[in-house]
Amino acid sequence: MAGDVLVLAEHFGGSLGDITFELLGMGKTLAGEFGGTCTVALIGGSDAMAEELGGADLVLRLGGEELADFNPEPYGEALLAAIEAKAPRVVLIGYTSMGMDLASTLAVKTGRNLASSCIRVEGGERITTTSQLYGGKMDVRSDLGTAPCILSVLAGSAPADAGRHDGAPTVENLDLPATAGRVRFKRFIEPEAGDVDITAQDILVAIGRGIGSKDDIEVAEELAEALDAAVAATRPIVDAGWLPKTRQVGKSGLKVKPKVYLALGVSGAPEHLEGMKGAATIIAVNTDKNAPIFNVAHYGLVEDLFEVCEELTEALEDR
Amino acid sequence: MDMTVLLKRVPDLVEDLEVDDSGKALDEDSVSLKLNEFDDHALEEALLLKEGGGGTVTVIALDGEDVDKMLYTALAKGADRALKVMGGDPDGGNQALAGIFVAALDGHGGDLILTGVQAADDRDGQLAPRVGALLGRPCIEVVTEVNPGDGKVTVHKELAGGVVAEYEVDLPAVLGIQAARQTPRYAPVSRVRQIQESATIDTVTSAATEGAGFTVVAMTPPETGEGAQMLDGVDELVKVLDAKGVI
Ligand SMILES: Cc1cc2nc3c(=O)[nH]c(=O)nc-3n(C[C@H](O)[C@H](O)[C@H](O)COP(=O)(O)OP(=O)(O)OC[C@H]3O[C@@H](n4cnc5c(N)ncnc54)[C@H](O)[C@@H]3O)c2cc1C
Ligand SMILES: Nc1ncnc2c1ncn2[C@@H]1O[C@H](COP(=O)(O)O)[C@@H](O)[C@H]1O
Repeated sequence: MAGDVLVLAEHFGGSLGDITFELLGMGKTLAGEFGGTCTVALIGGSDAMAEELGGADLVLRLGGEELADFNPEPYGEALLAAIEAKAPRVVLIGYTSMGMDLASTLAVKTGRNLASSCIRVEGGERITTTSQLYGGKMDVRSDLGTAPCILSVLAGSAPADAGRHDGAPTVENLDLPATAGRVRFKRFIEPEAGDVDITAQDILVAIGRGIGSKDDIEVAEELAEALDAAVAATRPIVDAGWLPKTRQVGKSGLKVKPKVYLALGVSGAPEHLEGMKGAATIIAVNTDKNAPIFNVAHYGLVEDLFEVCEELTEALEDR
Repeated sequence: MDMTVLLKRVPDLVEDLEVDDSGKALDEDSVSLKLNEFDDHALEEALLLKEGGGGTVTVIALDGEDVDKMLYTALAKGADRALKVMGGDPDGGNQALAGIFVAALDGHGGDLILTGVQAADDRDGQLAPRVGALLGRPCIEVVTEVNPGDGKVTVHKELAGGVVAEYEVDLPAVLGIQAARQTPRYAPVSRVRQIQESATIDTVTSAATEGAGFTVVAMTPPETGEGAQMLDGVDELVKVLDAKGVI
């Protein structure tokens, strides 16, 4: 079945996010299977951003500077206008903080089916998606049939390089629809600079909820010291106020690529993996042999993290 | 401010999850259910808003196993009213669910409807924006702080990299809560028991709504690729660290 693909570009602080190129790579493959074209909708972007999108058959620009900062209301209206103008078979949106605001709203407004948190998309006569559910413990394959649909895709599901391409794209401008103005962007709040920069470390000792209590973080800190490493953490540890936000790895935290990432009592939820699966060597310690972290780890130990911490710290101190 | 919080019970992810004979769903015997973590945060944020500026908190859920206990616990924490929706299909998909909740709330739901940012067990992060779109109200997802104003709220929405965007949103609105301003409170068992005896749960029968147009083909544990090489003890771990040249 023929059809086109529309990809939503995402940008922050004046540059396009990796997710844009990941989706563009995916979109081009899909469009190839459909024998159609792949268009990128660039809302509130700049000329420089448009020039980076040479991989697309068309860049559809909606608004500029005045919409540089994400606002779900005008972005939703703009994307709706783009979908109406191009009637694509598939709309690809990142399953990101921004995409979460838009995908479902658009599904209701366009009456399209939506599959969320996809990690794989197969196109052809019918569209089949694979999504990660249950914190990454199960993959669910869904058949979306032949009807036009919206897919939201987890960051890191496809290589960004496939979407990067030199050469100037064809650009078309589309007028921004009026919006009700019920949501007003005020400001960005940047995280306060932390004591350590976890993105600049060779080794990270990452702790998850398995650590159990604030006092026990000391155990991980001792190990980190013996390894000349820094302590990083999952979201629940930061939400509980046990460590500052600057130590959080993942979707809403930082992306890290250390030589060694030692994950202690971390389950490996997709939102955490987004931030660390690019580490050169991942070693996971977890009492649950089915913890999803073992699916991305290179080495694993099904053991109590406290025992491992203690023994390893001793072994290192003895060397 | 009158608020409604949607509560859902989801499988405890720390347990071993197994697929049933159909190959398309979890084996119900393999799961134990607990309140979705983010819903607990949504309830906490609503209770904080009520304590700070007055108003009411209504909690709403679909009927199901142990749902009464979940609702009584919410009342014990400080919610004013509990509403249980009878006859809705929990597996009907988010499209149908959003319709069911909107109908159950009589197309209203007060000044602010709060949900968890996502439930671990279905199509993920869809309900708040769907309810918002059906009601024609603005919606913001991944919210970590809500401050009340005159006919509006100021919210913090988390983006990537620890960056937060602040928005002013006109009421009525819908918010998907990622984290409350403080760790969700705990309701002592004695208090829950007391509430169980004195409070009532209102019920409403669900309207029939149309489901999503896709079907689940298969549910499987994720493909592991080569998978992790399992180590036998700390000695082997030391060897790996040595081989990687980091110690
Ligand atoms: C929009 C959004 C953004 C998010 N952003 C992030 C993010 O940036 N970063 C992030 O981390 N999460 C993020 N999350 C949350 C994410 O979904 C998970 O809830 C979180 O990653 C789980 O953290 P955890 O692994 O520490 O806890 P859990 O999932 O509770 O896992 C704890 C693990 O510890 C193990 N364990 C328990 N005791 C021991 C022991 N003694 N020894 C060894 N192992 C033990 C258990 O088996 C379990 O696997 C986000 C969620 C959403 C919805
Ligand atoms: N069946 C349900 N019953 C009650 N609340 C629900 C239900 N499904 C989803 N929700 C609410 O919507 C949020 C987002 O869920 P989801 O869109 O399914 O990821 C959850 O955190 C709940 O607050």
